[in-house]
Amino acid sequence: MSALPPDLSQSGIDAEVAKAQASATTEHHPPRDFPPYRSSALRHPKHPPIPLRDPEAVELSGPAFGTTDIGPLDQDLTRHHTGEPLGERITVAGHVLDRRGRPVRRQLVELWQANAAGRYAHQRDQHPAPLDPNFTGFGRCLTDDEGRYSFTTIRPGAYPWRNHTNAWRPAHIHFSLFGEAFTQRLVTQMYFPGDPLFPFDPILQAVTEQSARDRLVATYDHDLSVPEWSLGYRWDIVLDGPAATWFEDEEEGHR
Amino acid sequence: MTYSYELPPTPSHTVGPFFGYALPFPEGGDLAPAHHPDTLTLRGRVLDGAGDPVPDAFVEIWQPGPDGSRTGAPGSMRRDPVTGQGAGRNGVDFTGFGRISTDADGQWAVHTLPPGGVPYVCLAVFARGLMHHLHTRAYLADDPADALLSSLPEQRRATLIAEPVPGAHRTYRFDIRLQGEGETVFLETA
Ligand SMILES: [Fe+2]
Repeated sequence: MSALPPDLSQSGIDAEVAKAQASATTEHHPPRDFPPYRSSALRHPKHPPIPLRDPEAVELSGPAFGTTDIGPLDQDLTRHHTGEPLGERITVAGHVLDRRGRPVRRQLVELWQANAAGRYAHQRDQHPAPLDPNFTGFGRCLTDDEGRYSFTTIRPGAYPWRNHTNAWRPAHIHFSLFGEAFTQRLVTQMYFPGDPLFPFDPILQAVTEQSARDRLVATYDHDLSVPEWSLGYRWDIVLDGPAATWFEDEEEGHR
Repeated sequence: MTYSYELPPTPSHTVGPFFGYALPFPEGGDLAPAHHPDTLTLRGRVLDGAGDPVPDAFVEIWQPGPDGSRTGAPGSMRRDPVTGQGAGRNGVDFTGFGRISTDADGQWAVHTLPPGGVPYVCLAVFARGLMHHLHTRAYLADDPADALLSSLPEQRRATLIAEPVPGAHRTYRFDIRLQGEGETVFLETA
């Protein structure tokens, strides 16, 4: 078989995405080997992961965070500089739950994003869109006793990247979450409803099921919009993986 | 074991290339209180399938305290309420948690205390290009009775044992190879 030069056109990538999705075997999370996302090529293990079956595993517990880890303005990304950032002010809020539907209480949520023009406050981001001196784009908060989180920020812009010719990322906010257990750790991205870039993005499309991709898209929630202030987006997050208490429940169930 | 899962989970995504101004925090790798006599150093590299360093990754560590406690403690990422900037750890409490970005050579290092009750610390690695982070363990001592180690073939099991660095005080090397020869054993946690 002769090796063809890689097709870097959008239609070439789209064809690769369709092929990779058709052969995918993972249900919820993206396969780590997803050829249309070029950077995954040398960064995915070839061996299958080893299942962790030990109910005494340290991974079933996890780190603790508290009010000392959060600054008073960390939740409001529009107040980190002396002036107001440019762009559309938004409120992003929701619940963090485990797979049994229980709230994830008093755990850390971190968020980072590009500014309204699609530029990150990162030296390696050379996209020729303006930096905003009034926006850095990083926030954190603790969930409350009902597992709720809330941020005030700016709607980020889409931005180009060099995965293939004319590659653009749909607007997104990066999220990092902790659960009760280290096994529940999650890093992911939240998208905005109706973005026309969804079908062209090999990162979103690496989540191979439509129903799973839908869970990464926030919902516009008019009740969450603040009059004369911000537009509201609701996004609930469900953490995968067991915690030690799940094993305790199991044992009690068998008694 | 069976879990009665009900809700489908939110899918994972890569951290991308631009987490560096957001996620790292001061003293992220300094879990041990300063000058603690039991401090040990765990260092290594993150390498890709070509054996090249991965300069845009970060490693997280989670472990029991020296007394075996698994509750952790707040304060890994303390904020200064006056400036809003990272204040570093309080120098007293052991939080059990750390986060370290790799440098341009793919190197990372932590200074911590020995984990109580188990011979290993838990590690997770995140990187651009990695759609779903990876869990592994660094064993500070081989343990023939350990359930995970004893389930692995000899060659693979060796990837989980941190090697004492000759001539360096209480220092261990643990390289994380994402792919290829000597690929690290990663754990399925869901
Ligand atoms: Fe991004």
